[in-house]
Amino acid sequence: MGNGTSIGRVRGLGPAHHGAHHWLLQRFTAVGNLLLVLWFVASLVMMQDLGYAAVREWLSKPLSATAMALLLVSTFWHARLGLQVLVEDYVHTPGNKFAALLLLNFAALGGAAFSIFCVVRIALGAA
Amino acid sequence: MHNRKTHMAERPLSPHLSIWKWGPHMLVSILHRVTGDGLALVGLGVLVWWLGAIASGPDAYATFSDIMTSPLGYIVLVGLSWSFFSHMCSGLRHFVMDLGAGYELDTNRIWSIASPILGIVLTAGFWALVLYA
Repeated sequence: MGNGTSIGRVRGLGPAHHGAHHWLLQRFTAVGNLLLVLWFVASLVMMQDLGYAAVREWLSKPLSATAMALLLVSTFWHARLGLQVLVEDYVHTPGNKFAALLLLNFAALGGAAFSIFCVVRIALGAA
Repeated sequence: MHNRKTHMAERPLSPHLSIWKWGPHMLVSILHRVTGDGLALVGLGVLVWWLGAIASGPDAYATFSDIMTSPLGYIVLVGLSWSFFSHMCSGLRHFVMDLGAGYELDTNRIWSIASPILGIVLTAGFWALVLYA
């Protein structure tokens, strides 16, 4: 931390100790979510039949599968960033904060990996 | 040179929840966090479960359908759809404010009131389309 310029005196004082990169990624993924989740909402409305066969057939189409995989990347990323802020705001003990962020990263990556694997499996027609 | 501790201690403290008079901009701010965290923790869980059930086969999908079309399941689904539309509206409000617009007291107040109401209207519209279209 510097003591010269005004930016040098405040740099690193936020709870995360850095800022703009996280902020920008949150916006990028927010735009992704806006487009992809609205696509998903519109698809649900247009599908009428939400039974197993109809849903499986819909999700195995290349466009649906690709959009769903992108939706999972965008939403899990955005959720990870948002919950990180929650942890930074309310968990102040360094050790607990580290553990919470570690768990958050595992959960977000694990959830995204599992659900994208499911989409690939459906799209490629296994089982 | 200041060391970090004294520097932190000198920083001004913001008056907290109990001191401010509640206004719509505070409601929309906390709603944005609540709906976002709800979507992250519950919404993604249900989405992962849905995809896992489709990938696992008809029996797993039947289990998912039975639970999600029970009264409790509908409460969860309506709550999640409301969270999404609400979070979307307050998120769009944030995008406008990120551009540096909408900070005038009246404008800010109007959109703080409008965005949660829009969220409820969109949720009602979504369910009307799903159930009756």
